[in-house]
Amino acid sequence: MSDEQLVGIVLVSHSAQVAASVAELAKGLAGGGPAVPVAPAGGTEGGGLGTSSELIAAAAASVDRGAGVAVLTDLGSAVLTVKALLAEGDELPERTRLVDAPFVEGAVAAVVTASTGADLAAVEAAAAEAYTYRKV
Amino acid sequence: MLDAEFFRRWMAATAASVDREAERLTALDSPIGDADHGSNLQRGFTAVVAVLEKEAPGTPGGVLTLAGRQLISTVGGASGPLYGTLLRRTGKALGDAGEVSEEQLAEALRAGVDAVMTLGGAAPGDKTMIDALVPAVDALGDSFAAARTAAEEGAVATTPLQARKGRASYLGERSIGHQDPGATSSALLIAGLAEAAGE
Repeated sequence: MSDEQLVGIVLVSHSAQVAASVAELAKGLAGGGPAVPVAPAGGTEGGGLGTSSELIAAAAASVDRGAGVAVLTDLGSAVLTVKALLAEGDELPERTRLVDAPFVEGAVAAVVTASTGADLAAVEAAAAEAYTYRKV
Repeated sequence: MLDAEFFRRWMAATAASVDREAERLTALDSPIGDADHGSNLQRGFTAVVAVLEKEAPGTPGGVLTLAGRQLISTVGGASGPLYGTLLRRTGKALGDAGEVSEEQLAEALRAGVDAVMTLGGAAPGDKTMIDALVPAVDALGDSFAAARTAAEEGAVATTPLQARKGRASYLGERSIGHQDPGATSSALLIAGLAEAAGE
């Protein structure tokens, strides 16, 4: 798979800082492979805490390289907003998926996996698998 | 029969009561939520009224799907996708008909409420908007006024419940004793429906 066809990753948090920091962390830990398109969509358009469907749609469009887009979310309204956008049908790029994964660990797994040129299903599986890693 | 104008009146009446009650909704949302329910819905329904004036869809289904879409994109909290889905699914269930019967509206609204339960994963008794909407839809077969009363009673009946969904669920037993803000705003939506019908 060519570098242009990496899976894109969108990180949706209630906080702009959280989304941006997790994106930076995941990209930093992905190492020297091809740069995965990662876009944070944090907070509201006005800079407050919350979820913005406009920011999510713009982020998804910006990371779409034709190989699909994996969306990871943090809490309640982020999850619901992405689900509602997916139900709209035309708000997000084709082959956009909401990935059921822990936010930070899932983001790292998704970005590292995407950097190997893996397809959307493999990225989704890697992110979801992060749930199985117990800390205690 | 109910035409597009009836549905625009419904949205306008809801927007007006959300405006009037915004502070109360936010006050209900401060002990168990993040104290933005009133302002979020106020922003959303203000945008709904504005877009309906601009685009003026000619069918009941068109009014509700446009309103729902607007709520999803403007509210910024969980209530946006939830209310947006409610109105959109109800609107889609009404299809392209220029006028619909009260029975068709009741049936479509039930489809909308079912979609909200699927999206949010909430069931009756979880202390959510569902606790006002389900009894309202059940009563809609009788009259709009009965639906309003059922929604208001459903909202009040959330007070002794423990929240099992959303941010309030993190509070566990401390959520008991507070009326749910989402059920309260849902009662305003149903009251707007009764008002549009002149009941």
